[in-house]
Amino acid sequence: MEKRKKRFWKRNIGLAFILPWLAGFCIFKLYPFLASLVYSFHDYNMFKTASFIGLKNYQNILQDKLIVKAFIQTFKYAFFTVPLELIFALFIAYILSGKIRGVNLFRTIYYVPSILGGSVSVAVLWKFLFKTEGLVNILLGKLGIPAFNWLGNPDGAFFVIILLKVWQFGSPMVIFLAALKGVSADLYEAAAIDGATRWRQFFKITVPLITPVIFYNFVTQLCHKFQEFNGPFIITQGGPLRSTTLASLLVYNEAFKRYELGLASAIAWLLFLIIMTFTVIAFVSQKYWVYYADEEGR
Amino acid sequence: MGKQQKQRINTFLRYLLLIGLGIIMIYPLCWMVGASFKTNAELFSSASIFPLEPTLDGYRNGYKGYEGMTLLHFMGNTYKFVLPKVIVTVISATITAYGFARFQFVGKKFFFAVLLSTLFLPQVVLNAPQYILFNEIGWLNSYLPIVVPSMLAGDTFFVYMLIQFLRGIPRELEEAAEIDGCNVVQRLWYVIVPMLKPSIVSCALFQFMWASNDFMGPLIYINSVRKYPVSIFLRMSMDTETGFDWNRILAMSLIAMIPSLFVFFLAQDSFVDGISAGGVKG
Repeated sequence: MEKRKKRFWKRNIGLAFILPWLAGFCIFKLYPFLASLVYSFHDYNMFKTASFIGLKNYQNILQDKLIVKAFIQTFKYAFFTVPLELIFALFIAYILSGKIRGVNLFRTIYYVPSILGGSVSVAVLWKFLFKTEGLVNILLGKLGIPAFNWLGNPDGAFFVIILLKVWQFGSPMVIFLAALKGVSADLYEAAAIDGATRWRQFFKITVPLITPVIFYNFVTQLCHKFQEFNGPFIITQGGPLRSTTLASLLVYNEAFKRYELGLASAIAWLLFLIIMTFTVIAFVSQKYWVYYADEEGR
Repeated sequence: MGKQQKQRINTFLRYLLLIGLGIIMIYPLCWMVGASFKTNAELFSSASIFPLEPTLDGYRNGYKGYEGMTLLHFMGNTYKFVLPKVIVTVISATITAYGFARFQFVGKKFFFAVLLSTLFLPQVVLNAPQYILFNEIGWLNSYLPIVVPSMLAGDTFFVYMLIQFLRGIPRELEEAAEIDGCNVVQRLWYVIVPMLKPSIVSCALFQFMWASNDFMGPLIYINSVRKYPVSIFLRMSMDTETGFDWNRILAMSLIAMIPSLFVFFLAQDSFVDGISAGGVKG
């Protein structure tokens, strides 16, 4: 028996190295993950004992106009920010990948907002920029455009939190830039000899070759955007008229302000299922548009 | 129009775009620096970066903090959990990555799939049960809920990043070390860690940034003002701002950003290498 145990560990010594992670995964990820599914079937307030109510929480979500609105706004948010950010990042990365002096300086300048973007300090700054008497309106005033109450208008506030994210296009840009460096210069030369314009080269050579990176950026950004919390929480507090109450903020409010853990868990699970659906669709669609040089795919 | 002329216009347009965009990107931050030295009256009357009557009032009032606790107290709070978190993350992620990248064991494929799937697991799903869990073990209002999960390699992204790096490192040196009689732990410490150092540094840098920017964690788990990290303190100051002490808020926000900015400029290349490797080799 002793001997068999010893042989097991000798053959599976790697297991010992991943044990801490495995323990952490079970305690801090797997257990809460399943527990919140269980909560979502209960009427569970933090100060009361839970009672099983089946799918009632989910039914309530579908009937609650405000919750449905939060999901719609979350969709809108993701569908504006992800493409805008990625197209912008790719476009700028492409320009930078050409012969440009001071690439590193430009890269730094574009990247700084991404590094700081998640901080409360930047959120504070944005609140100041878009106040009625803030910098943006002062600048617009110089162009003769009347002041606009950005944060007091539902669409205006929504636009502000989208812009905050697009401003942080630096991190996908850096990833694109590294990928573009990997595209062989011979291909461009051959295309140029054949008379392809730069735009044609971009769409026919560059884009297809870096589809794996586009895919990676797309999936990670999509996951992040569906969970956006800081911007709406600090800059707009979810308002006005709940136009910036995104799903994550709603979960927070239900769970930690109203202590309705059951309902909050149901909303969170719904959000999780939506994110998962999109991720799975993205992964399945890979074989139609993502090109892997080694032909094995993933 | 000659071809050369066309090329020149093209180049000019490209630089114009890059510089123009650069100004738009960086202007808000520059404005913030200037504005923190402006008087409150001037703050919202001009778009200029440079203050007309420079004043240190914002900084003076900002430093005072809250009820005898200075701004430095709250910044200290932030780094009280950020630094331990960075250290334990680096250690646990390296060990886990070593296990996955260099050994065969039962269920490896399955565990690796689990590891990857946690990359896509949204934090919001976990928040409520984690809160209950930490409440039951009495960790609320301490930094333990923020640090301990990282101690057990909870930040999967870094594990994944290090595995990617490790795959690019040839095994010959380890094999040589094995022949020389190094055991698995010695190989990790004397062979892997030195070679992996640049990647470990970029993990540490990213975790430093992300942990200092983390807002939701402290918001949920810390409930006494004395223990607030600077991020929560800033938001509290902004909410309770009754007068028009705008320059004070801006000055405090700026001070709070300094450590992150400092670290970024000190180690820019590591950031870029780290972020590119995580994505490209994926």
